[in-house]
Amino acid sequence: MSATGIGKSVRRVEDIRFITGRGRYTDDINEPGQVYAAFLRSPYARARVVAVDAAAAMEVDGVLAVLTGREMAADGIGDLPCGWLVKSKDGSPMKQPPHPPLAAEVCNYVGEPYGVVVATSIAAAREGADAVMTDFEELEAVVSIVDATKSTQIYASVPANRSYEWELGDKAATDAAFARAAHVTKLDITNNRLIPNALEPRAALGVYDRSNESFTIYTTSQNPHLARLVLSAFVKLAPEHKLRIVAPDVGGGFGSKIFIYPEETTVAWASKRIGKPVKWTADRSESFLSDAHGRDHATHAELALDAQGHFLGLRVKTIANLGAYLSTFASSVPTFLYGTLLAGQYKTPAIHVEVDGVFTNTAPVDAYRGAGRPEATYVVERIVETAARELKIDPTELRRRNFIQPKDFPYQTPVALVYDVGDYEASLNKALDLVDYAGYPARKAASAARGKKRGIGFSCYIEACGLAPSKLATALGAGVGLYESGEVRVNPTGSVTVFTGSHSHGQGHETTFAQIVSDRLGIPMENVEVVHGDTGRVEFGLGTYGSRSVAVGGSALMKATDKVIAKGKKIAAYMLESDAGNIDFDEGVFSVHASNRSMTFGEVAFAAYVPSNYPLDELEPGLSEKAFYDPGNFTFPAGAHIAEVEVDPDTGVVDVVNFVAVDDFGKVINPMIVEGQVHGGLAQGIGQALLEHGIYDETGQLITGSFMDYCMPRADDLPSFVVDTTVTACTHNPLGVKGCGEAGAIGAPAAIINALTDAIGVKDVAMPATPERVWRACRGE
Amino acid sequence: MNVALTVNGEVRALDVAPNTLLVELLRSHLGLTGTHVGCDTSQCGACTVHLNGASVKSCTVLAAQADGAQITTIEGIGSPEKLHPMQAAFRECHALQCGFCTPGMIMSAIDLVANSPNLDEAAVRRGLEGNICRCTGYHNIVRAVLSAAREMGSRVS
Repeated sequence: MSATGIGKSVRRVEDIRFITGRGRYTDDINEPGQVYAAFLRSPYARARVVAVDAAAAMEVDGVLAVLTGREMAADGIGDLPCGWLVKSKDGSPMKQPPHPPLAAEVCNYVGEPYGVVVATSIAAAREGADAVMTDFEELEAVVSIVDATKSTQIYASVPANRSYEWELGDKAATDAAFARAAHVTKLDITNNRLIPNALEPRAALGVYDRSNESFTIYTTSQNPHLARLVLSAFVKLAPEHKLRIVAPDVGGGFGSKIFIYPEETTVAWASKRIGKPVKWTADRSESFLSDAHGRDHATHAELALDAQGHFLGLRVKTIANLGAYLSTFASSVPTFLYGTLLAGQYKTPAIHVEVDGVFTNTAPVDAYRGAGRPEATYVVERIVETAARELKIDPTELRRRNFIQPKDFPYQTPVALVYDVGDYEASLNKALDLVDYAGYPARKAASAARGKKRGIGFSCYIEACGLAPSKLATALGAGVGLYESGEVRVNPTGSVTVFTGSHSHGQGHETTFAQIVSDRLGIPMENVEVVHGDTGRVEFGLGTYGSRSVAVGGSALMKATDKVIAKGKKIAAYMLESDAGNIDFDEGVFSVHASNRSMTFGEVAFAAYVPSNYPLDELEPGLSEKAFYDPGNFTFPAGAHIAEVEVDPDTGVVDVVNFVAVDDFGKVINPMIVEGQVHGGLAQGIGQALLEHGIYDETGQLITGSFMDYCMPRADDLPSFVVDTTVTACTHNPLGVKGCGEAGAIGAPAAIINALTDAIGVKDVAMPATPERVWRACRGE
Repeated sequence: MNVALTVNGEVRALDVAPNTLLVELLRSHLGLTGTHVGCDTSQCGACTVHLNGASVKSCTVLAAQADGAQITTIEGIGSPEKLHPMQAAFRECHALQCGFCTPGMIMSAIDLVANSPNLDEAAVRRGLEGNICRCTGYHNIVRAVLSAAREMGSRVS
């Protein structure tokens, strides 16, 4: 096996440009004659736009135009759609309020754009925006999700501010399970609202070309082809063949750059109206106000157990905040990506979950790293740990009694999924070794001697990744297929250009995908270039989210590579005067079976493009193959996370003194990159548990609107992590991979809060467990 | 107003508006887009450069204040052929993912090491408190800085 093959920690190809300042992010791109946009944003949570007076703004030196939602609507620009139709339990479709890119009549959250000022400089655009005089009629706003269904109705078309009342599972069977339970554990918990904060703010540069009536939009997107599809089919910006979306280097996404936002539509539309390229780059304050937020659930859960501690049933009722509009995938996050994961790693025979999706006058809420699965894991792993304490059973022992066992796979859960493979005890056992569970009592005593309260907490999570079998997803309401495309283009000199519909914004596809293709073709990795993020170069794609890139995008490349090898064998057969069925391919050499006649990969590539010696009526020239891969099932990464915390009861400060994560991601292409993904996820999960909280006040003003107010995890808030893996290979994709991007964010919150509540002997501390909350909990408040 | 400064060893004279920030001068006027802007409250550190050898957040320095100064940016510390030890350590330790915080993180880390004859993990974590990374969880950044510090002659414990 070569030093860059599958399974090797190859150093990243993309790093050289990033560490030398040669990255090319959207804001680094400039077009001749470019002008700048500043958005007019609502200062109110809910207000009617009565009149917009642009006279003073137009007097500002450099201001070219002030455009509003009414002009956009008049130009025929359509609403931003939600791509997943969820139905209520009575069969009625979800209620979806209209979502114009620029509000024309009523603004429904602080920061919602209702107009744009375009000027020759950023400063002039901002000065112009300040000079616009808007007459608002402030309306009563809905902020709290708990009261949302009983509050003022925000939209005439949405009674009780409820988009849907969704359910999953067998209610009668679950009720029967509770009726025969020896013990019932109950828990009320919240999953705090988070603000994604990729470090690169969103940006867009719209360029209209009059000569052929086409648009190019450079934008910070995780899925440029989806953006092109939506902007064409729904927003009606231009026909799809007249739109090119380029997502160059993108500085982090975590879900927040999946969605189709108002701003990229607006800069493209404005570019056509004004006749100049229009650029917008969010400042951080705009990111806080206008990026889709994550999580924000309130949940009541009950777990029924028999006298031996076996789980009999789980009952969950959740209110999920959707914000003011249904963002691109918002409806699916608290339903299909949440309720389906409530079986966790356990053989709970009956589960019933109900979710109320409600609107509030806050920023839209959509997928953020983990997307529904962290919320599900938090419910399951918190209530399991709580039950263990109530029954005075060691929490690891209670889990073992209920784990789905290796012999049980494939395992049909009561909430729709079929797990293909796993070994949950293996991960837990390895994690317990790494954390030195046997030595824990001594560490706790040592902490106590120093006046500190030490606690240990577990989280045995499962997630569904590799989104998704298209047939299943579309049957459940998805508006798009969820396959991925790949193209392996062999150049005449034998180098290879790989095109993928996945997008890399930190995940290292340029390395991992090159490893896969070079390993399969037996050619040096430096001869392989990976192209992504440009609808003008890549045929189609569905982008990167849900830890799907290697499992789905990588599998598509495997398929395309196998087609290249198959054609190469046919070419070699003619050249070597043999039969394609008699050609072997190994380590970059085509050879006639059991002979010394062979051709290198490069020789076959050259022959493909200089077809002197084979019949062109039977075999076309060229060596370039495409493939679409549609997964047969979700993948099911799972693992065991263990946190140890030390609490200072005098200050409420929580120190994460030990964090062990043992994950089963199936086979691993690049262990170094996988470990890095876990580290980053853990930081976001620990951030959710201890630091981060998007807070609106009772009038709907965002009061955590900057890095001064929203507590981002910093280097000195976190420990070094102990990260390891166990492996059960995914059974249904050619690489045996499961996906690793979200595990840390999914597993960590429950582990931390379980450790914290263990330390201070309380049932719950609401996330984020700030020093004030912990200090009060220590005092029994 | 006229500003003259030395950027990455090259003398540059520019006519800029008085309210121009150093980061704008670097990015917009000189095309040095390796220095990034990640926030508007001087919290994230993505814009960190060296001014007369010390790290500063260039979003919080007026171009006028840099008149006559020596400025070093990420483009000025090494090249793909000859990386600075800190750049090399970031790659070797996988201390970057999306790359957006990386230039500022590297510039801060170089300053931290240069001013720390003795370093340990806790000191690195404290020293990088002014730079936010959303991707790496800092684990590999800390490893990289300690590794580069050894290379650069600091005592690491």
